[in-house]
Amino acid sequence: MPLLEIRNLHAGIDGKEILKGLDLSLDAGEVHAIMGPNGSGKSTLANVLAGRPHYEVTSGTVLYEGKDLLALPPEERARQGVFLAMQYPVEIPGVNNTYFLKAALNALRKHRGEEELDAVEFLQMAREKMKVVDFDESFMNRGVNEGFSGGEKKRNEIFQMAILDPKLAILDETDSGLDIDALRIVAHGVNTLRSEKHAVLVITHYQRLLRYLVPDVVHVLAAGRIVKSGGKELAVELEQKGYEWVEQEVAGAAR
Amino acid sequence: MRAAALSIREEAAERFRELGYPTTRLEEWKYTNVAPIAKTVWVPASVWVPASAGTTPAEAGAYTYGPRAVAELIFVNGHIVNKREFRVPGLRVIPISEASEADLEPYYGRLADWQHHAFVALNMAESRDGALLIADGAVEGFVHLLFLGQSDGVWSHPHNLIVAGRASQLTVVETYAGTGRYFTNAVTEVFAGDGAVVEHYKVERESLEAFHVGTVQIRQERSSSVISRNVSFGGLLVRNDVNAVLDGPGANLSLDGLFVLGGSQHVDNHTFIDHVSPQAESHELYKGILDDNARGIFDGRVIVRPNAQKTVSRQENRNLLLSETAIVDSKPTLEIHNDDVKCNHGSTIGQLDEETMFYLRSRCLGEEEAKNLLVYAFASEVVDRMNIEPVREQIRRELFQRMPGRLPEPGKESR
Repeated sequence: MPLLEIRNLHAGIDGKEILKGLDLSLDAGEVHAIMGPNGSGKSTLANVLAGRPHYEVTSGTVLYEGKDLLALPPEERARQGVFLAMQYPVEIPGVNNTYFLKAALNALRKHRGEEELDAVEFLQMAREKMKVVDFDESFMNRGVNEGFSGGEKKRNEIFQMAILDPKLAILDETDSGLDIDALRIVAHGVNTLRSEKHAVLVITHYQRLLRYLVPDVVHVLAAGRIVKSGGKELAVELEQKGYEWVEQEVAGAAR
Repeated sequence: MRAAALSIREEAAERFRELGYPTTRLEEWKYTNVAPIAKTVWVPASVWVPASAGTTPAEAGAYTYGPRAVAELIFVNGHIVNKREFRVPGLRVIPISEASEADLEPYYGRLADWQHHAFVALNMAESRDGALLIADGAVEGFVHLLFLGQSDGVWSHPHNLIVAGRASQLTVVETYAGTGRYFTNAVTEVFAGDGAVVEHYKVERESLEAFHVGTVQIRQERSSSVISRNVSFGGLLVRNDVNAVLDGPGANLSLDGLFVLGGSQHVDNHTFIDHVSPQAESHELYKGILDDNARGIFDGRVIVRPNAQKTVSRQENRNLLLSETAIVDSKPTLEIHNDDVKCNHGSTIGQLDEETMFYLRSRCLGEEEAKNLLVYAFASEVVDRMNIEPVREQIRRELFQRMPGRLPEPGKESR
């Protein structure tokens, strides 16, 4: 059974259909990249999977571990192991990063029937994970993302991912706006998570993250559907030839 | 009560008869109908045993600070029942009922405007007791005044005088709490002499059936610094007035407010900052959190007089509505009568940010937990800067107790 199986997914926002029959299957242990031009539906897919309000699914199914993912509220999806690293993480002034992360982790642990961590245990664990994203402890004592640079916010997303240890991590354009060092840190963070139990869905416009985070499968998303899938070399080809190449090829095939 | 207080009492009673209870036709009272107070025939409580007997009602235990306060006075239905004090240099703590005429005469009723404000006149007419605090040096720690209302149909009119002499330092916490349908009408007059530093907390945790009207009247002299923190949790119908006159160059005032309401509570906050002297500063931040059918009001007025050049004044009111049926009225006003000032004011009324809610939920937090976290964060801007740790922690606890969802209290690691 695949970890995630999307069948004929139609979804959109504000009455506008953006995903038009998307199919995707992802097994535990795999890293898939979804590439596509702006407006192709990449972020819509990420948001629908995480359960962001206002997105409407009009038809199709999404099975996660064989269960209907779309029926669950966002926190339930997260507790079952789905994590979305957001494209635009919000700033939450007044909510201390440590407090927030500890509350999040303990909500997860409680769901799993595990003991909640106290402050000391949590900090020990967090310090380990901080190393993965090269985070300074001073970040922990600030408000969530408050005054963080774009790169720091993205690293915080990966840090949160490392803490929550999801089975399915979805990275929504985590590479956008990152310099090369931040990109390496983010890729390192995700690579650390890779194992036969974890799956990663990397959504990106560019190929550059995939140099550090090598995918097993690359999908091309255009006009709301997966139009082409291939190995990691497909990403390189896309980078060289541009998205028009795929779009033309698809248009040609349809004729 | 001494003669000075007694003679003013008769005049004030006469004045109250002339003024009568305010009606919503008055601009100052347009949002708040006090008919439920006016229609009730209130009686004063019978006199309690004297303070020396040290009879503290069991209920006080939930509110006392014990040895963490340098002095603590407990009043029940307006009468002092307990006074506990460590000898602190530079501080005198005297129940008004035991104060000498010489101590009262310069202060009692000198600031509060009983000529124009009916509830102040009523307080002066009916008050039986309160606290007189005189500081003439830097007082470490804080004084706690606890006022408990305990009986249906009883009113009480605490009257406090906080006198911070030249270059002194004094922190005072007033807590109002109780059980039943009673009415508290309090007045506190704060005198901040040259260079004095005063921090005043008023924590209103009255019974949810109770009525509370309170006036804090502040006068600041040269280079004095006053912080007023006004927190409202309880009461069915509450009116808070905090008025300050900055009557000395270089005076510095901070007015912080937090009101956290639910059910059908009604809390009306009025503040008035009068910049009389030049080079003074005032900073005001009132935050409201309203759920269910609660109604909150912020009416804040700042006047900068012609002589008050180089005034700096910031006034801000922010409100968070947690239900469709909660209502808040926000009315900041600024009147400037000279052109060498830096003043601004603003107000916002909003709901929980949907994006932020989704972010928290996508990190495993349930809807209720996420909501509580954000409400707490909203309040924390005002709570975090409370300098007295036991008070800050008690207010945090109260906030958490009011939140229905499961959310652990933040421990030290979050500070």
